[in-house]
Amino acid sequence: MSFPWAEHYSPKHPAMKWIDERLPLPRLVYNAVGAGYPVPRNLNYFWNFGVLAGAALAIQIITGIVLAMHYAANGDIAFASVEHIMRDVNSGWLLRYAHANGASFFFIVVYLHIFRGLYYGSYKAPREMVWLLGVVIFLLMMATAFMGYVLPWGQMSFWGAQVITGFFSAIPIVGEPIRVWLLGGFAPDSAALNRFFSLHYLLPFVIAGVIILHIWALHIPGSSNPTGVDVKGPQDTVPFHPYYTAKDGFGLGVFLIAFSAVLFFAPNMLGHADNYIPANPLSTPAHIVPEWYFWPFYAILRAFTVNFLWIPAKLWGVIAMFASIALLFFLPWLDKSPVRSASYRPLYKKFFWLLVIDVLILGLCGVKPAEEPWVRLSQFAAAYYFAHFLIILPIISRLEKPLPLPNSISESVLHGEKAEAAPIGQTA
Amino acid sequence: MIRPIAFLAGLVFVAALLVAILMPREAAEETASHKFHKHPEALQLASDGPFGKFDRAQLQRGFQVYKEVCAACHSLHYVAFRDLEALGFTEPEVKAIANQWAIEVPSINPETGEAATRKATPADKFPNPYANEVAARAANNNALPPDLSLITKAREGGAPYIHSLLTGYQAPPANLPADARPGTGLHYNPYFANLNIAMPPPLVADGQVTYADGTKATVDQMAKDVSAFLVWTAEPKLENRHRTGIAVLIFLLFATGLAYMSYRAIWADKKH
Repeated sequence: MSFPWAEHYSPKHPAMKWIDERLPLPRLVYNAVGAGYPVPRNLNYFWNFGVLAGAALAIQIITGIVLAMHYAANGDIAFASVEHIMRDVNSGWLLRYAHANGASFFFIVVYLHIFRGLYYGSYKAPREMVWLLGVVIFLLMMATAFMGYVLPWGQMSFWGAQVITGFFSAIPIVGEPIRVWLLGGFAPDSAALNRFFSLHYLLPFVIAGVIILHIWALHIPGSSNPTGVDVKGPQDTVPFHPYYTAKDGFGLGVFLIAFSAVLFFAPNMLGHADNYIPANPLSTPAHIVPEWYFWPFYAILRAFTVNFLWIPAKLWGVIAMFASIALLFFLPWLDKSPVRSASYRPLYKKFFWLLVIDVLILGLCGVKPAEEPWVRLSQFAAAYYFAHFLIILPIISRLEKPLPLPNSISESVLHGEKAEAAPIGQTA
Repeated sequence: MIRPIAFLAGLVFVAALLVAILMPREAAEETASHKFHKHPEALQLASDGPFGKFDRAQLQRGFQVYKEVCAACHSLHYVAFRDLEALGFTEPEVKAIANQWAIEVPSINPETGEAATRKATPADKFPNPYANEVAARAANNNALPPDLSLITKAREGGAPYIHSLLTGYQAPPANLPADARPGTGLHYNPYFANLNIAMPPPLVADGQVTYADGTKATVDQMAKDVSAFLVWTAEPKLENRHRTGIAVLIFLLFATGLAYMSYRAIWADKKH
């Protein structure tokens, strides 16, 4: 989309004109991230996380492709091939630690991006499609990360695969045959490892495609902003370049500093020691836990401990775990408040922060063993999670009294002062 | 349409969880492991911290402990003899270490084709003391001595855990419940997860190893040195990692500073 005051791409150099007449790719870039894309002027740092997520994906793809040149996806030699990368491949240790910690940082950035969306109502009309595509990206990320963690073929790799693929056997009648078909055997083995490697290489490119759709869908209405008030005129926006290219460049620097600090000085902090033990189907670890970004979902899975309404507890856990993500698809229709930003929705804001605390509690329960008091705590926390999205949000979005919204973005920023000069790159 | 169905789904999930919450259950029993298990004592090594480097003299002493005490039962199969040059040994010294290694490397008799063994060369990885897992278990009361190449990364607690474990053998306390007492072939060690470990105390007396550099070989010193050596076997690139990390962070701090100044300059006249 462009607002009517958006700058137009007008190449001066003969070579650029030649390209523009034949393949208008520079024009596309100009209109997407250049001076041709007006963006609200009042975005805060929570709007940096989309670009950081794209950067994290780029890091994963580049390190992953090089790692794949040295990795062997056969059960007998997979673990040894990773050690070969760590010890003998030039800078192999850097590639491996970058890829493993890059996955964690990808999730940190995406979770902050999602919670930004929840707080500022980014999922509301007319941006529902952006949100739906985002949930699809999140699901693809989870599948990719799960399969990637299996590849080193350590104890947690094997037993995590055993647990997750075991979900399919919870489905009545067809579950077990589906599980064996997916694994290529009765338990995770070389057949499963090889196909996980193939899919793990494929899915990031599917994610990249969905990200293109996600950004395209966003650029139709344009970005939202912390007030949630629509753009009304040119004084409400600045061109993406140079204003947000500069801000995102700074944000990228901060992200890389945090990433490098962990990568170079605490590369195994976010991992589990048991994954440095080669996979042994005959020896079950004392506590099977997934990587930290799956802990809340693991807690929801294990919270359902009783058979209820003729559905066994194990199947309830699987259904609830998938439902906890699937319900995000319906969020634009569950929360119908016309006010977007939680800054102007005092009641919603309180429940939002309760949700944040709830998800952190679920995460804690996910890493603890399935014993008391963690089981009961996870049951309360999971109950709140479902109640929040399915019961509380629809009710409060109807009943709450929002605060008065500012008339425009520029009013909220300028507080009635006189108009200023045109932004850099925009003709007045 | 969506909201009533969602509401119903929400009620069903919450109900399933409430039933689970209200179901009576036993509190977690305090097991013997919970009560008697000890966390590792702190251990200071030269490789600790962002500026850590290996103490090569300590690594060589630790290698001597591995060679004379541990190598009889524990393999080190991700480390090659030639990697020992990183410890400060010269190429002829490494050739000699490989050649004189007590365990020989499997090979084939070139005339008859029968399985044979040959002396190790620097290109070989450290050979396994046992032919296979069955032989290893048969010789160790059905316990399998783990490979030590990655042990400091493969155990919660790392090098401090290894050091505490090696120095932590003691008589079981009087109030230890009967079912937690060590059976035959097991030894009480409170640093071990379930308190009783199959490995007999490997470092029993001061002076068990005579250090080439003359350092006094107390049990604690030998345990420290072999722990430091095992940090190296798990992370031979640790020093490269620290050096590269410092350079990268200095560059990034500088570049991010410049990026911040550009950001402020561009937004200078725009209130936001």
